[in-house]
Amino acid sequence: MSDYNFAYLDEQTKRMIRRALLKAVAVPGYQVPFASREMPMPYGWGTGGVQVTAACLTPEDTLKVIDQGADDTTNAVSIRKFFQRTAGVAVTERTSEASVIQTRHRIPETPLTEGQILVYQVPIPEPLRFLEPRETETRRMHALEEYGLMHVKLYEDIAKNGAIATSYAYPVKVEGRYVMDPSPIPKFDNPKLSGTPALQLFGAGREQRIYAIPPHTQVISLDFEDYPFEATKAPHPCDLCGDDGSYLDEVITDDAGGRMFVCSDTDHCESRRAAGHRGRMSPKENAA
Amino acid sequence: MKADAMSGGFADAPIEAAHGFRAILGALSCPGAIVTVAGAAPPPPLSPAAGLAALVLFDGTTPVCLTGAHDSAAVRDWIGFHTGAPLVGPGQAMFALGDWVSLQPVTRFAIGTPEYPDRAATLIVEMDSLDNSGALLRGPGIGGTVRLSLPDIAAFQANRALFPLGFDTFLTCGGRLAGVPRSTIVEAG
Repeated sequence: MSDYNFAYLDEQTKRMIRRALLKAVAVPGYQVPFASREMPMPYGWGTGGVQVTAACLTPEDTLKVIDQGADDTTNAVSIRKFFQRTAGVAVTERTSEASVIQTRHRIPETPLTEGQILVYQVPIPEPLRFLEPRETETRRMHALEEYGLMHVKLYEDIAKNGAIATSYAYPVKVEGRYVMDPSPIPKFDNPKLSGTPALQLFGAGREQRIYAIPPHTQVISLDFEDYPFEATKAPHPCDLCGDDGSYLDEVITDDAGGRMFVCSDTDHCESRRAAGHRGRMSPKENAA
Repeated sequence: MKADAMSGGFADAPIEAAHGFRAILGALSCPGAIVTVAGAAPPPPLSPAAGLAALVLFDGTTPVCLTGAHDSAAVRDWIGFHTGAPLVGPGQAMFALGDWVSLQPVTRFAIGTPEYPDRAATLIVEMDSLDNSGALLRGPGIGGTVRLSLPDIAAFQANRALFPLGFDTFLTCGGRLAGVPRSTIVEAG
């Protein structure tokens, strides 16, 4: 038995977050203000995602937490332990076994299924913020559906770099209405936002915003007819599991230019290796 | 206040509210899906599903409008005791609770503002029957189309035309509940 209320937050706070979540679902892509609480971790460590997860969890849930695709990094481990302690929920590293997945900046490679909830940790929820610092103005721009400035930014990318250089937090339009920041996921993941049978919830703790993409919702990455959106990744196969379709991290291995590319999704990579797939740098004894 | 106003709430609030909310969230994010909920035993004519929605979502910060037969002393006492929600008129309500006829005209309720479309009312509509027949629904949350026995089609079409403004709706019948967010596109049979 825990000395905390179930899932840490008090009931009044959870009701407030739950009402915000319902409005977020009803208006896909619109950022609902909510009274974000102090959490026992600093802003920037996923306080928004943690509050959304806490408001959604039931004791029967199986929770998976990833940080840039990995289950075993500091942020993921500490949040997973937090909910084990305060909610007593089962945890897993397998995407297919999880009912709630909290993520920092990745969408798992394994396709999500109906009934799953994907909770994103969001640092800056406002896609227009770096173009227009005033909240009153960005709010009016959303109200008027005035998104020309965002296209100017993408156009300047092309003018300067010859291509749309934005590679993460790539802006999307949800159901043809709201332009939304998908959180700093690599644009490789953007196509997975659209039409998924899972419910996607976004929590920004410091900025006090919650937004959502319901299942089977159309999400389009902004682009131009002559410069269409491209989901890019490093042009290599994974050096451990050999997959050439997954998003890769580049790892520097020595000071002589040595490097390797490995799947950012650790569960995906381990599942493939367990199934016998091997990459360029797999240990020889395993390959036997 | 009668003693039975104090019964019929959650026995284990954090757990039952968590289960209730997940069902409600599932219903709103998959319009047309009918979920079964349990945990509330409110006085009639308030249904167990509507009572559960009240226990999960209402509190002292959410003005509630009761209409028709639901604006009775028993229901007012029960909601007051279990949630502390202030009872108000239609214009100020964050939640409205009643049958479809007594909620009319639904244009009385808040639809949000262009800057803050979340400041819209949520209607909890008590239904005599609720099943997957009648109006054809599509939109966010629906893979293809789904049918749902809406109490009215024109009102939901008019509400959708206001998008991203508009009210959001839960339909309740006994222990069953379905969600119709303002984003849902409604067509006649």
